[in-house]
Amino acid sequence: MCAGCGGLEAIHQIYDILGEKTVFINAAGCMTMLSVYPFTPFRGSWLYTAMASAPAGAQGVRDGLDVLLHKQRIESEEDLQVVVLTGDGSAYGMGLSATSSAIERGLDFLYICYDNEGYGNTGQQYSAATPHGARTATSKGPGGFPGYKKDLFAIWAAHRPAYVATVVGAEPLDLARKIEKAKSLKGPRLIMALSPCPTGWHYDPGESVEIGKLAVRTGCWPLKEYVDGKVVHTKVPHQRLPVEEYLKRQGRFSHMFQPERNEVLLQEIQAKVDGYWEGVI
Amino acid sequence: MKRALLTGNKAAAWGARLANVDYVPAFPITPQTEIIETIANWIDQDEMDCRMVTLESEHSMLTAAGAAAATGVRVFSATSSQGLLYAMEMLYTVAGWRAPFVLVNVSRGLAAPITLGPDHNDVLAARDSGFLQIHCSTCQEVLDSTLIAYRLAEDERVRLPVIVNMDGFYLSFTREPVQIPDTKIVNQFVGEFDPENIRFSASAPVSQAVAVLGGTPYSYFRYETHLAALNGLAVYDKITEEFANTFGRRHDAVEAYRTEDAELVFVMMGSFATKAIDAVDGLREAGWAVGVLRPRLLRPFPADHFRRALAGKRGVAVIDQNLSMGKGGVLHTELASALYASTECSPVLVSFIGGLGGRDISLEEFYEMASVARKAIEEGCAPPPRLLYTREELREVRKLQAIANVEREELGQKK
Repeated sequence: MCAGCGGLEAIHQIYDILGEKTVFINAAGCMTMLSVYPFTPFRGSWLYTAMASAPAGAQGVRDGLDVLLHKQRIESEEDLQVVVLTGDGSAYGMGLSATSSAIERGLDFLYICYDNEGYGNTGQQYSAATPHGARTATSKGPGGFPGYKKDLFAIWAAHRPAYVATVVGAEPLDLARKIEKAKSLKGPRLIMALSPCPTGWHYDPGESVEIGKLAVRTGCWPLKEYVDGKVVHTKVPHQRLPVEEYLKRQGRFSHMFQPERNEVLLQEIQAKVDGYWEGVI
Repeated sequence: MKRALLTGNKAAAWGARLANVDYVPAFPITPQTEIIETIANWIDQDEMDCRMVTLESEHSMLTAAGAAAATGVRVFSATSSQGLLYAMEMLYTVAGWRAPFVLVNVSRGLAAPITLGPDHNDVLAARDSGFLQIHCSTCQEVLDSTLIAYRLAEDERVRLPVIVNMDGFYLSFTREPVQIPDTKIVNQFVGEFDPENIRFSASAPVSQAVAVLGGTPYSYFRYETHLAALNGLAVYDKITEEFANTFGRRHDAVEAYRTEDAELVFVMMGSFATKAIDAVDGLREAGWAVGVLRPRLLRPFPADHFRRALAGKRGVAVIDQNLSMGKGGVLHTELASALYASTECSPVLVSFIGGLGGRDISLEEFYEMASVARKAIEEGCAPPPRLLYTREELREVRKLQAIANVEREELGQKK
């Protein structure tokens, strides 16, 4: 694993709350390399599936446990919390169909997406989670990535699951409160963790926490939750910093500042963020 | 025991029901749907204590099947054709988990062109996946093989998922008299599912299906799976012996029909082999020493069974209901590799392709194939593989093409 991984930072905090009575169902991505034979950092259980179908794996495990409980082949204290763990590559794209139907079936599971805004494990090619203008291994042109980050939070919430929340490891209290809440609920619960990525976003590994905080303070990563049909922002940055405070710290956006400022692109990104928060407040 | 007229699909559903399966992840596809509809109805009527979930794809269905089996319950599922291919990543994956369960495949030709009629290219695409394969030729065999498949899959020397294959339409939708054995006797035969060390529970945390680094551990686990599959040969023979003693029906790894004194043997898989049996009866009346061998077990491949059954034979006509583009028939290739360099068993192997997409193979064609094979025996040299097709069929296709061209001209488009 890479030094300064923002995804690992978030997962560590989440695992502290969820505990060992869990089975993590993993899809192909950076975190697949956590459990490499014969080692694992998890005190609970783990099942690697494939890139597209971790939620279907969660369905099989949940149903299997329910059958064992129903037929009294295991005691209730042997039950496990079923947790899907995928990156944005799976969550925003290949795995979305499996996620959509797991939510629609009301599967009792927790989904954790560590979002490093690109196919990180393969060297940060752009994904459906890549923000506008970011330079990736497959968007090295002067404007960076021409597309826009998919609003997966809205897509998940449109399914009306029990709970959806965004978190970032750099805001541990907000994260802890949301994971506690998710843990206390039944049904589909989905968590999206912004995961600052030193190797993919190009900054010094020591700055991950700061980058995460800036993502929140500039309004680029809104901390929010969906519960009971309503979206609530849990940490509104009332005095928002300009987005360039966040962007200029990362090599993936350096083309916006060097050799000369790309004012048009910077203003476009700022306007998008401003527009979002105007709709909130 | 009771006797009923059952389709192959219904027989498969009965197999799952009698095996007391706990969990059925499903996804509908023609011609498999009757299997999952039947099971769903039984669950709704409290005739089966089983949980069934319809996933959004076969890829997810296979993932859920493997995951539930890895959690420690007995799993059944069914698919066909495009569905099997859509799930192909997971076929390889869950076989590596060594979590046993049974998947029925209702064979159907693959796109393109898209079709509904049967052939074996779908199930043969799963040949190297780690799933074992049992191929059926009657509805009774579908039911019996499903029960045998659970014993085979769950055997401690095997621990691999098993595909039970039947031909779409010819078996799936054809009613045949089937003996439905008594639940009690089946329970004794199949037994309770023992998940052994493959399960999830709070008191015994485990990491399953983890990554490996490098070729050394990778090769180890892949070799283990292969050796377990090979163990399946002896295990299958033992189970079918017990099955025959319990239920009175034999399901040998390779079924032999009038082969003992035969000089020439047809080799075929699936329901079309019953056509070969018909042809053999006709040819025997005409004085030809012919027989039929039909592998029920395709994986593991019963090479020794074939070598024994073909020892001293002069010719073999392999009729493949599949086509490996740029190579030919898959069964022909498999058999050739099994017989090559065998001193006591070196018949002339003649290859035919037929029955693709459910195209019939007529009695006359079997007689013609026998003639071609006999000529090859006399000359000691096999002709190139032959693709079965009649002049009449070609005429029919030319007519379709003519209509297509006329319609195109009508629209003022270029040919």
